[in-house]
Amino acid sequence: MKLYDAAAVLRSKNSGPFEVTVDVLFDKPEIYYKIKNSGVINEELISRLYHIAPKSITHIVFFDQALGFKVTFARSVSSGTFLDRDVYGAQQHAPLMDLEIDL
Amino acid sequence: MTSTKEELKILAPCGMLGYGFPKSSFMKGMEYRPDAIVVDAGSTDAGPHKLGAGTAIVSKQACKKDLELIVTAGVEAGIPVIIGSAGGSGAKVHVEWTRSIIMEILQEHQIRNIKIAVIWADIPLEVVEAKLAEGKCEPLGLSVKPLTKERLYATSGIVAQMGHEPIIKALEAEADIIICGRAYDPSPFAAFAIYHGFDAALAYHLGKILECSALCAEPGTTKDSMLGILKKDSFIVKPLNDQRKCTAVSVAAHTFYEKDHPYILHGPGMVLNLENCVFTERGDDSVEVRGSRIEVTPVYKIKLEGAMKVAYRTFVVAGVRDPMLIARIEEVEELVKQQVAEYYSEVPPEDYSIHFINYGLNGVLGELEPHREPAHELGVVFEVIAKTQELANAVCSSVRSTFLHYGYEGRKSTAGNLAFPFAPSDVPFGPVYEFSVYHLMEVADGLEMFPIEYIEVRS
Repeated sequence: MKLYDAAAVLRSKNSGPFEVTVDVLFDKPEIYYKIKNSGVINEELISRLYHIAPKSITHIVFFDQALGFKVTFARSVSSGTFLDRDVYGAQQHAPLMDLEIDL
Repeated sequence: MTSTKEELKILAPCGMLGYGFPKSSFMKGMEYRPDAIVVDAGSTDAGPHKLGAGTAIVSKQACKKDLELIVTAGVEAGIPVIIGSAGGSGAKVHVEWTRSIIMEILQEHQIRNIKIAVIWADIPLEVVEAKLAEGKCEPLGLSVKPLTKERLYATSGIVAQMGHEPIIKALEAEADIIICGRAYDPSPFAAFAIYHGFDAALAYHLGKILECSALCAEPGTTKDSMLGILKKDSFIVKPLNDQRKCTAVSVAAHTFYEKDHPYILHGPGMVLNLENCVFTERGDDSVEVRGSRIEVTPVYKIKLEGAMKVAYRTFVVAGVRDPMLIARIEEVEELVKQQVAEYYSEVPPEDYSIHFINYGLNGVLGELEPHREPAHELGVVFEVIAKTQELANAVCSSVRSTFLHYGYEGRKSTAGNLAFPFAPSDVPFGPVYEFSVYHLMEVADGLEMFPIEYIEVRS
């Protein structure tokens, strides 16, 4: 199953002008815990999907109360200046959408 | 101040002043007899331009429309109205803009005997320079460029996010309307609650939720009102529109929103820890929250924001439908760039740069894009960034005409390569900014950098 189909919310947004944060939230606890416990969401995966160096990734955190996890990484160009393509960082979730997960 | 109140109600009309809200939701909120109306007006979301150029995020018309309801209802009920990060970026010009709108409303409604507090959040460049020299000012984020003296003095103005302390001072002075310059979004909400003796952790957590108003409900939106009810050891968030409800997960999930960490939130002089919060549905579409924690940091740090002008821009929007050109679009663009550079050989290359965005071909994600197959048509946006607007216009005009007529290998469509949706095709944009200052600065306390001015509106 693709992560996009398994998640209830899959979104991205600036967390300040120098970072993008991606939120993946689920509505079924069994799916959330299966993904959390599988360990598939890790630095190596994010680095590969986003073509970014692991040191640019600042957070990968699961939060059980919200049935979701968050990934935050540094932007290569800060929001709203020359060469930026996404001022609000609102369309940066796409590389995670097609991730095949085993449920 | 310690209050005898058992609970405190705060009405949040909308998530962003000027975004609008249904009057019915707001009036329903007023029926609960709230103790204050608090609204956040700020954001860095739209980029550095608003701060750098001194413009607002919303129109005056929209801001006034919202404020008219808020101010008149607040005055009539005799409760404080607090506005966070006035005008969007919260610098002097933005605060003055908001203040003038409020003065207009007071005059038009003949409202008198009102005390207005204005809390300024502008930080003098010399203060930042001195703190930098002392090693008491550090970049916030991996990609923040070092703040040299040159970049500092090229910055058009610096603001800092205030905490609750100066807002409490304005409440102690019995201000009816408090206009805050740049503020940490939850601070105006938290300040009112802390002033009345409620727990700071719950107050800030409630503020974090209410500053986006109904975004924590389902369906979520920033364009609707919410009520926050603070008690001694918990708080409740309640939608004011029958079409929305809060669930334990929707409210918990809101802590994810636009923050770098789901449950560790850094603010002025403190860190909020929401890891062990418990979210309980109350059966009436509201949710009760317990267990928020706060830690005061050993050193008080405030977040600085400043923008500097980096260049001027001219851009063109066009479309390409010819499959032969689409197949080699990146190659042709590179050749166009080279030809323009040869034509303007007398202009130093560092004075301008040319940039293509091919919508339909990694236009959005750029180098992060895993799929690189172009569609059957491409939207092409190109921009020229230069030292002056005149140079940007001149080079862009050259890029446009070169691209339009470029004779790439194998071309059959010899009449033109680009479809322009607009005439004229070239759009002079004006200055482009970047966040030159995004730093944490050590201060003595939460009051030091935020002077308060009072205005008495008398008959």
